[in-house]
Amino acid sequence: MAAVSPAVTPVAPTPVAPTTMGTRRKVGWARARRYVLPLVGLAVALAFLGPYIVMVLNSLRPSSDVVQTPPTFLPRTWQLSTFGDILGDQRFLNWLKTSLLVATSSTIIVVLVAVPAAYFTARFRFAGRTAFLFLVLVTQMFSPTSLVVGLYREFFELNLVNTYMAIILTNSAFNLAFAVWILHGFFSSIPKEVEEAAHLDGCSRVGTLTRIMLPLTLPGVVTAVVFTFIAAWNEYVVALTLMLDDAKKPLTVGITSYVTGYEQHWDQLFAASIIAIIPVVILFAFIEKHLVGGLTAGSIK
Amino acid sequence: MADAHQGAVAEPGRMPVAATASAASSPVSSPVSSAVSTSSGGPTSGRRRRTLHGRTSPWVALLWLGPALLLIIGVVVFPAFQLVKAAFSRYSITGLRLGDAGATNFTNVLNHSSLITVLTNTVIWVVVVVALTVVISLAVAQFLAKDFFGRKVVRWAIIVPWAASLVITAKLFTMIYDYYYGTLNLILQTLHITSGPIDFLGDDRWTMASMIWVGIFVSVPFTAYVFVAGLNAIPTDVYEAAKIDGARPWQIYWRITLPLLRPALIVASVLNIIYVFNSFPIVYTLNDRNPGFLHDTTITFMYKLAFKSAEKDVGMSAAAGIFNVLLILVVVVIYLRTLKWQEQED
Repeated sequence: MAAVSPAVTPVAPTPVAPTTMGTRRKVGWARARRYVLPLVGLAVALAFLGPYIVMVLNSLRPSSDVVQTPPTFLPRTWQLSTFGDILGDQRFLNWLKTSLLVATSSTIIVVLVAVPAAYFTARFRFAGRTAFLFLVLVTQMFSPTSLVVGLYREFFELNLVNTYMAIILTNSAFNLAFAVWILHGFFSSIPKEVEEAAHLDGCSRVGTLTRIMLPLTLPGVVTAVVFTFIAAWNEYVVALTLMLDDAKKPLTVGITSYVTGYEQHWDQLFAASIIAIIPVVILFAFIEKHLVGGLTAGSIK
Repeated sequence: MADAHQGAVAEPGRMPVAATASAASSPVSSPVSSAVSTSSGGPTSGRRRRTLHGRTSPWVALLWLGPALLLIIGVVVFPAFQLVKAAFSRYSITGLRLGDAGATNFTNVLNHSSLITVLTNTVIWVVVVVALTVVISLAVAQFLAKDFFGRKVVRWAIIVPWAASLVITAKLFTMIYDYYYGTLNLILQTLHITSGPIDFLGDDRWTMASMIWVGIFVSVPFTAYVFVAGLNAIPTDVYEAAKIDGARPWQIYWRITLPLLRPALIVASVLNIIYVFNSFPIVYTLNDRNPGFLHDTTITFMYKLAFKSAEKDVGMSAAAGIFNVLLILVVVVIYLRTLKWQEQED
């Protein structure tokens, strides 16, 4: 027995050796990967967050500190009162009110208009169906920016310049296409038998849509809602052109007046910007999971 | 068909999905659809049969699509006609229509002294921003598709430039790029990369590059997310097969990942071309204090003609707007055509 085992042992390592070498390298990378990937991740996150960190730091110092040479990364004097000042400033509150009103109204209009259109085109064939879907697609090609002169002329002639109505309608119309496409994709993916079951139970067409289809396609509806809300909340060109009354401007247009050639309130600009950014970032993070699916349903399909 | 009918009638409400699963269209749900399916049951594809109820009259359709049509016609189609009308009209400085202008607005745009500069800027702006965005996003997406500690945080971080309003980001960058107080100059000098500050937004050699960087910064998040979706759609067994065949990582990427990402690449680049071409806030905000049209793209050029120039020439701006719409249509069509043509050659 004792003579056999030493004879066996030298044989065994020879074929095993290259494998262990390979696995050791793999194990080494697997081990390093646990630290390298999060570190790269941190660098990527910082690259995208960096500018906004500057924004936060600049909102926490007085404007005089922002514009003092030499510049510093951290505030020389910390000042937390800017946020309170902003939230008590009637001008800012007016802009915030406009943004909320415009974004909410546009989102409601888009959902009310896009859901029936998307549902119907996903379920029925009729003369003009392709034409309608093509029209929707073409709308997506145009941006309000490229048509801004035409929009201005239209609302000028309708005497709607300086009204919420003009901005709400524009935001609704230009976000409609995306909502229809996303919802169309979601509705098409639901087998019609599900609906027929509801029909057998005596559900009307509208009832089927609201009680069966909408709950089933909730991720699609939520994606459409969030995208529309964010797009309307962030809209700039149309509001810049059509809203001349300072009290009726939305946040995006309003806050640029904190820093102009005549007055520079950098602290207020950045504090107001943060207040404007936070809700949309939260909304986006909320649908992060559906972001990928929603985008593919809307475009790649 | 008959079986399904009987089943559906015999067991109302009980397992109705299974009962009607084999039917082309349920006879109970709508008489119209069953009539269609018997007359033209053959040629309709299986998938369509499973999701479409069938044919219906355009009048019923109008009831469901009416609001959408109204909105699109009222706020997209009608302004487009207004744009065309404005392009052939003369306007007073206060915006009153004075009369027909014929083609003078168009010839004025074509003879504008800044036209060549503006067109060159637009080409550089669109090509560089879109190309670099796609390349950077491919890398970011590849990284985001990996599984590692803190991936969620990185994904959330990337969302911020996407969610934030472009004006806000652009305004933020006017401070970051500032000659005296800007963070970028502070970083560059702290790291001893430059000896003195650079006037990123005032120095003509730097203005376009500075704007392009912001353009890429705000375009990468959306593009990377589209690519992540594309990467997720690639089945893993393709990679496993390639690995077994002994393909190297870069070979796998070049020969398998990129070709399979093609749909996502096309969608992302077309959408980016449209977005970047139409992008207004970045160029408008960062270029704010520079007079003239030296760093303008066709979009800001058009806007300034109507609302910011001394003349406030609505008609000429509308003519420029029409050129813009045609330009982007032509570019997108050519881009898609080229891709299709390449596909056929393969």
